[in-house]
Amino acid sequence: MTAAGLEAHVAVRRSDAFRLDASVSIPPGTTAALLGPNGSGKSTMVAALAGLLPLQSGSITLDGEVFDDPGAGVFMPPEMRKVGVVFQDLLLFEHLDVIDNVAFGLRSRGAGRGEAASRSGLWLERLGVGAMARRKPGDLSGGQAQRVALARALATEPALLLLDEPLSALDVAARADLRRTLGEHLSGFAGPRLLITHDPTEAFLLADEIHVIEEGVITQSGTADEIRLQPRTRYAADLAGLNFVKGVARDGAVDAGTHTLRVADRDLEGPVVVTVHPAAISVYSDRPGGSPRNVWQTTVERVEQVGSRVRLLTGPPLPLAVEVTDAARAELRLEPGARVWVALKATEIRVQPEAAM
Amino acid sequence: MTSSRSPRPPVLLVVLGCLGLVFFAVPFIGLLGRVPWSDLPALLSGPVVGDALRISVIASVAAAAIALVIGVPLAWLLARAEFPGKPIVRGIVILPMVLPPVVSGAALLFALGRRGLVGEPLEEATGLLLPFSLWGVVVAAVFVATPFLVITVEGALRSMDRRREGAAATLGARPWTVLRRVTLPAIAPSVLAGLALTWARAFGEFGATITFAGNLQGRTQSLPLAVFVALESDRDTAIAISLVMVVVSVAVLVALRDRWWGAL
Repeated sequence: MTAAGLEAHVAVRRSDAFRLDASVSIPPGTTAALLGPNGSGKSTMVAALAGLLPLQSGSITLDGEVFDDPGAGVFMPPEMRKVGVVFQDLLLFEHLDVIDNVAFGLRSRGAGRGEAASRSGLWLERLGVGAMARRKPGDLSGGQAQRVALARALATEPALLLLDEPLSALDVAARADLRRTLGEHLSGFAGPRLLITHDPTEAFLLADEIHVIEEGVITQSGTADEIRLQPRTRYAADLAGLNFVKGVARDGAVDAGTHTLRVADRDLEGPVVVTVHPAAISVYSDRPGGSPRNVWQTTVERVEQVGSRVRLLTGPPLPLAVEVTDAARAELRLEPGARVWVALKATEIRVQPEAAM
Repeated sequence: MTSSRSPRPPVLLVVLGCLGLVFFAVPFIGLLGRVPWSDLPALLSGPVVGDALRISVIASVAAAAIALVIGVPLAWLLARAEFPGKPIVRGIVILPMVLPPVVSGAALLFALGRRGLVGEPLEEATGLLLPFSLWGVVVAAVFVATPFLVITVEGALRSMDRRREGAAATLGARPWTVLRRVTLPAIAPSVLAGLALTWARAFGEFGATITFAGNLQGRTQSLPLAVFVALESDRDTAIAISLVMVVVSVAVLVALRDRWWGAL
């Protein structure tokens, strides 16, 4: 089998408490994102793919070449793998000039001094930091250092590109700027690319396929729209800003323990996850007119201003986030402690079988 | 009331600290007070002082160089390699640092002397006899001083951020290239600090040298040995040599102070 692209099943135990067991498959010329909270195993994945951490089981194959396969006794050391990595803390060589940082990989792979210098200079120009060539990494701004790290990773013309939280160290303005640069260079890179991030915006904007990873396990894979509209875990729902409720479906109703929701899908049975957009929920001061809707009385527990919108957190029987306008807040006197009625159309409730984990 | 001054230190600490300072300063003041300044050129230009200075400089510099060549690899093995009996190996390497130097000298004599375990075959094979030769002075200094380099460099290797070595490997650098271009530059300040400590220990070495290499003027008599001999017979010369050693040591300390304070 000589499938092009990256085929990886990574199983590593780092301690009794933490185990990474995740599979990703990335075709050439596409970007996958590994999206997850801190400590979910994202950086462990980078270390395994780069060869800095041997697998305990599973296998890693790039374009048909086996990187790691403990079952077959194969392990290719990192210096033999053609993998470009932008590390989370960049890990630039502080004692070398910027241009020597970029030339390091070329020199290590046998390029002559002059050739390495001219090619490195070219990469620095491409990333807009050509003027920094003779500076030390410590004298660069965050955005400049990030560009140098990207140039260093790309200069060896690797077959696989790994980006570990490439924008997390930057302020908001520099982040948007560099995200654009990153997007351009990702689309110009022919091999598979893996973006590691905890920022859904980054993943949604840059990746073709997103893998949500939690506690060392991939809990959902799909396009940005699939993750955004149909999150399968509470973490993914939080990322998308959706309400997330677990329950058991039966006869067009979902029993969420403290409350039962009527839903449009009558065929689903068994454990399900329910997601509801906060703006799909309506708020009234009196019980709204009868209709086949979900209506219940609750208490406003918290009120937060989010831009021109207001976000309410409601209390029992079913705690939910609700989004209303400023005008509605004033009209209904929505303050903590207020008793209100909420209504929710069955068609606004998205129900899916609980992810098999 | 607002005050931007740092808080007043506890009186007891100030008193004890000053006491410590006095304790360290008084011997130097005593030494400087006894220096026969006008006779100094005559005292220092004699053959005894010249020979001892030559031997001390050659032996301490050679010992520091040899310590560098064998000490850095030892430190790397202790910090990075996994092998059985590692605590014992570390104990053996560090032992000369805590052992009385005279005992180190005696041990060297039994091993490398004319009748020694290694000394006898060595002499038969090469004709080289370590005791009572300049090589003996160097060997004694290497033996007692190298541990300072090993523990300094081992500590630096353990505390350095190893992720940069990993980054270098992903860029295609083989282990030797990683060592040369990433690891050694990262620990360079500590290597230099360890080297300074090692040189200083070798420069001041007395016990192991006199036991193993003897006290032959012009062959093995280094400055500390010359001071010891002169104290018995010619106090002014002893003071003059001591002054030379203080000046050389302070000069090295000053020359290295930025790196030194940075790494220790």
